[in-house]
Amino acid sequence: MDITLKVNGTPHAVDVDPRMSLLDLLRERLGLIGAKKGCDHGQCGACTVLIDGRRANACLALAVAVDGSEVTTVEGLAEGDDLHPLQAAFIEHDAFQCGYCTPGQLCSAVAMLGEPGPSAVTGDLALDPELTPEEIRERMSGNLCRCGAYVNIVKAIAEAAL
Amino acid sequence: MKRFEYARAGSPSDAVRRFRPGTMYLGGGTNLVDLMRLGVAEPDLLVDVSRLPLDVIEPVGDRLRVGAAVRNTDLAADPLVRTHYPMLARAVLAGASGQVRNMATVAGNLLQRTRCAYFQDVSRPCNKRRPGSGCPAIEGDHGNLAVLGASGACVATHPSDMAVALAALDAEVHVTGPGGDRIIPMPGLHRLPGEEPERDTVLEPGDLITAVELPASPPGASAYRKVRERASFAFALVSIAASLDVGSDGVVSDCRIALGSVAHVPWRAERAERLLIGGPATGAAFLEAAEAELDQARPLPRNAYKLPLARNLIVATLEELAP
Repeated sequence: MDITLKVNGTPHAVDVDPRMSLLDLLRERLGLIGAKKGCDHGQCGACTVLIDGRRANACLALAVAVDGSEVTTVEGLAEGDDLHPLQAAFIEHDAFQCGYCTPGQLCSAVAMLGEPGPSAVTGDLALDPELTPEEIRERMSGNLCRCGAYVNIVKAIAEAAL
Repeated sequence: MKRFEYARAGSPSDAVRRFRPGTMYLGGGTNLVDLMRLGVAEPDLLVDVSRLPLDVIEPVGDRLRVGAAVRNTDLAADPLVRTHYPMLARAVLAGASGQVRNMATVAGNLLQRTRCAYFQDVSRPCNKRRPGSGCPAIEGDHGNLAVLGASGACVATHPSDMAVALAALDAEVHVTGPGGDRIIPMPGLHRLPGEEPERDTVLEPGDLITAVELPASPPGASAYRKVRERASFAFALVSIAASLDVGSDGVVSDCRIALGSVAHVPWRAERAERLLIGGPATGAAFLEAAEAELDQARPLPRNAYKLPLARNLIVATLEELAP
């Protein structure tokens, strides 16, 4: 099936099998291997990208179903040689070990910082809460890090949120 | 993944018109795409209904109409839902992850399948996936499966948090289908497994959920509490959606209790509610009601822990809600 997508600002027209996930399209057809295939079941978050500005698991999105969308991957976060503030904060705080989950962590955090409303740990539902470490941990729970770099990931996101 | 055709519906009636045996409707895909990858779901045709203009939340008199394609994130962040149905916002926020809630729709949340390990493993028998093949969970890994309303054919649970709140709120599910439009009151959308565990709901082939309508919120205080094995992004072991209204005389005037992850349906604790309404709002009364409700339970060896858990959760939640 013929679909069109804008990925990191570049338009693409591709012919895809309906079974192809957005993740496989990005990695296998468009050569964007930043988004990682961890579990391929939506449980680890390594494949997180932004679809029309919202974070999503690219492994659970069929490419045909996101026809016409704007997708941002980790490759699209920096402006040339200027790192996104979150990327700089991850380096500053050593927020990784092996780095496999990092592209997903970055995309997830970039979108999370723009998501309004309460979370499961927010006390008062009426308020848009302050982004405390507890709020960051809850809001980032869809991104696993098997190296356990969580402490520094939370610090990096907290700094970038300021 | 088995080959399938893909089509995007232009309207709800167009989706229904395209339906033929072997068709499945695609919402956010967070469960269905996974089940297709596992070989559990094998549609011949996917009709994508995720972009239908059913993504609106709007007041209708003193009720609130939530479109079937509203994303879970948008439901929980909606100011009217947060103000008037906090139990629902809490339930939605308690489920899944930020990414999954961005993708998942209201109708898809209701129609998600059980996470029973045997259902999701095509190398094993499962009466829900392959009717008549047997239920290995009854002798096997049933640690997080049903203690209420199960049958000898199936002990699966419905995994949704949102549906538990909708059951407590007396929500109505609006459906269109080959047989016309109809309204199904919650908790009646889902059904107990009986001898037909392959049927999760009372929907007929081709039926499409278009909206969920919430009546005016119940009086009094309300809460959603979820007990799980880790603090976030995990299915419930037991959850509860409850509301409690107590008069100045200390007598319970209204009470709603629904339990999650204990049955094939979001379990409305009607027996407990009947005992509580008109009686005192005391810890002793809450305990008596919880025990009466759970008297109907038929636990298996490795999920019997859910009974004290559910009992304590009911009592603690009602005590928190009591003035």
